[in-house]
Amino acid sequence: MSPEHWTRPAHPANETDDVRTEPPAATAAKPTREQVIAGLRATSEGGADLVQLLTPEGQRVSHPDFDIDFTAEQLRDLYRDMVLVRRFDREGNALQRQGQLGIWVPLLGQEAAQVGAGRAMRPRDMAFPSYREHGVAWCRGLDPTELLGIFRGTDHGSWDPLSTGFHLYTIVIGNQALNATGYAMGQKFDGKVGDDDGEATMVFFGDGATSQGDVHEAMVWGSVYDAPLVLFCQNNQWAISEPLERQTRVPLYRRAEGYGFPGIRVDGNDVLASLAVSQWALDECRHGNGPVLIEAFTYRMDAHTTTDDPTRYRLTDELEAWKLKDPIERLRVHLVREHDAGQDFFDDVQAESDALAARFRDFCFAMPEPDPSRIFSEVYAEESPVVAAQRDEQLRYLDGFAEPAQGGAH
Amino acid sequence: MAAPAMERTDVGDGSTGRSAVQTVTMAKSLNLAMRSALESDPKVLVMGEDVGKLGGVFRVTDGLQKDFGEHRVLGTPLAESGIIGTAVGLAIRGYRPVCEIQFDGFIFPGYDQIVSQLAKLHFRSQGKVTMSVVVRVPFGGGIGAVEHHSESPESLFAHVAGVKVVACSNPADAYWMLRQAIACDDPVLFFEPKRRYYEKAELDTEAQPPPLFTSRVLRRGSAATIATYGPTVHTCLAAASAAAEEGTELEVVDLRSLSPLDLEPVFESVRRTGRLVLASEAPAESSVTSEIAARVQQECFYSLEAPVLRVTGFDVPYPPTKLEKHYLPDLDRVLDAVDRSLAF
Ligand SMILES: Cc1ncc(C[n+]2csc(CCOP(=O)(O)OP(=O)(O)O)c2C)c(N)n1
Repeated sequence: MSPEHWTRPAHPANETDDVRTEPPAATAAKPTREQVIAGLRATSEGGADLVQLLTPEGQRVSHPDFDIDFTAEQLRDLYRDMVLVRRFDREGNALQRQGQLGIWVPLLGQEAAQVGAGRAMRPRDMAFPSYREHGVAWCRGLDPTELLGIFRGTDHGSWDPLSTGFHLYTIVIGNQALNATGYAMGQKFDGKVGDDDGEATMVFFGDGATSQGDVHEAMVWGSVYDAPLVLFCQNNQWAISEPLERQTRVPLYRRAEGYGFPGIRVDGNDVLASLAVSQWALDECRHGNGPVLIEAFTYRMDAHTTTDDPTRYRLTDELEAWKLKDPIERLRVHLVREHDAGQDFFDDVQAESDALAARFRDFCFAMPEPDPSRIFSEVYAEESPVVAAQRDEQLRYLDGFAEPAQGGAH
Repeated sequence: MAAPAMERTDVGDGSTGRSAVQTVTMAKSLNLAMRSALESDPKVLVMGEDVGKLGGVFRVTDGLQKDFGEHRVLGTPLAESGIIGTAVGLAIRGYRPVCEIQFDGFIFPGYDQIVSQLAKLHFRSQGKVTMSVVVRVPFGGGIGAVEHHSESPESLFAHVAGVKVVACSNPADAYWMLRQAIACDDPVLFFEPKRRYYEKAELDTEAQPPPLFTSRVLRRGSAATIATYGPTVHTCLAAASAAAEEGTELEVVDLRSLSPLDLEPVFESVRRTGRLVLASEAPAESSVTSEIAARVQQECFYSLEAPVLRVTGFDVPYPPTKLEKHYLPDLDRVLDAVDRSLAF
């Protein structure tokens, strides 16, 4: 990918056409006030640079740089992944509505972006998620029930980041971009880059996060240290209620050029393209040619979280337009038309997803209360006398409420 | 230079009984500490702005990059969040980064990563991730610098659960405390009194140092106790010498560890002297000295002959250079507080 000559992009960021062919800003049409308020400008197509292998109509198209072959089996697996991920995501949402979870962060609509990226990763690679990456967690082999504790409030993440290759969820927007960069630097310092067996790190963040200093710093550091780092931005068009126009004046993938590495915009609702581009980017990193920025152009089809009310800031039209690009539906159509997927396959996936949802749900109901001593444990590697004293005092205090043992020696 | 692939050496308890005494500046001590850590553990990294060829703006990392290479001693881009944030990632990967923040007033862009990630990841991961990161911060005033170069933000970090905070005051401590901080599996904010960087004293690199998170009585006395840390330790010792000439023997405790605080020696001392004067350059309100005053009244209530008094910077932004002599606790202000305590 060679740097291309730069012209001032049209305002705002997401023009339907390739921005490089747009006239200068002075003559570009400004969005109307209503459009800006409604965020409708954010719902356009990805532009001419969008990498796509499967159209919204389910038609397989080729791409000169990023095409790869998929077997029918692989296509079915990707479909299955997306359906299962969507299913437990919906269950998480429902559990919050029923008061079982304090909050849920829905990924509806972003299944293809996440499954594509997640399936491109290898076991020794490392993923640094933000908080919506349930689909990536799935691909890293986490049982979805591991995600429940955060939202139910029993833990901050129960899994082992190192053995799963999936770091804890990061709530502070953008922090993980730098943590991932450091980890990727470590992979490089350990001599784990340079050939097909190399390791890489993939960090996930949203379009809003690109405004944070940490994400900018991560791009600077990643670049100057040639870190094996794939920066995977899921541009779901919204940062809670702030549209993309509040974060940037250029398409996000084009920012990479300024840092000196490739930026690619992929159709984030196309799991094949997401996987192909991620695989290419990870391979670049394995061979020592990182970083790479991927902008997965997608859409959050549900609320930001279960506490959000998207009807206050976006129009139903927008959602309806994006539903036509649903990541699961397009692969289903493709499987039926081109790969003879019959009803029994879809029934099997459906049954499996129902079973997963039931297990997810039962697990949630059965989750035990955490022990009060957890407040004080693992704060430091080397126990702090202050914390130890506070723990002992608090546990003694709680002991005072314990029911006396029945039928004891007294 | 190929560092020998050794496990990190434990420091603090394996004294050989030999003696390797030299007279060095604190800057040199810190340099020696990083040098020996880099030598003994290939996972130790030194990183920060200008720490390479220049050897840091205070030359504390002088020569390290030349001897250990750019992959062990990293002259980084100019971004404090970047320094701390990547150190967090490197620690997850098993490295032991020693970060240098150029001046106290520039730690704030890195504050978010310290508070949000560095301090919490061990707890959040239920101990599965270890944050063996040291953040070195030259702190305090008295060097005639422009604004943002003379601050004492240590209390802000002492308040943060999950990080440990220490401050050295002399070359021997600087060496041993830094070695112990690098060997520690918890994140340590390491405050260095920049105004004392070039003062010399004896360092015995074969000595048996006390554990890192302990305070230490530097001078015995029965009239009153002074507890202090960092740059004001020297000031308080000078005040104690001056008082001794007039027949007043003051006990001086160097706190060394600000979080956790090791207050037993202070309590023990106050129970004998009945009086406590606290000295620090930081603004007084909601500070380390506030905490000590609270704890001492809780533990030593019946031993106190006078209220706990404090000699500190003021609750104002650090003043312009021409005024810092009025801002910084000096020998006279310390002695004045001692007099007020004794007058009760
Ligand atoms: C530093 C910080 N500021 C504010 C918030 C509150 N907040 C949580 S998510 C969010 C929007 C993030 O948008 P984006 O980066 O696009 O990610 P998305 O949620 O759309 O995936 C905000 C403002 C936060 N978590 N962290």
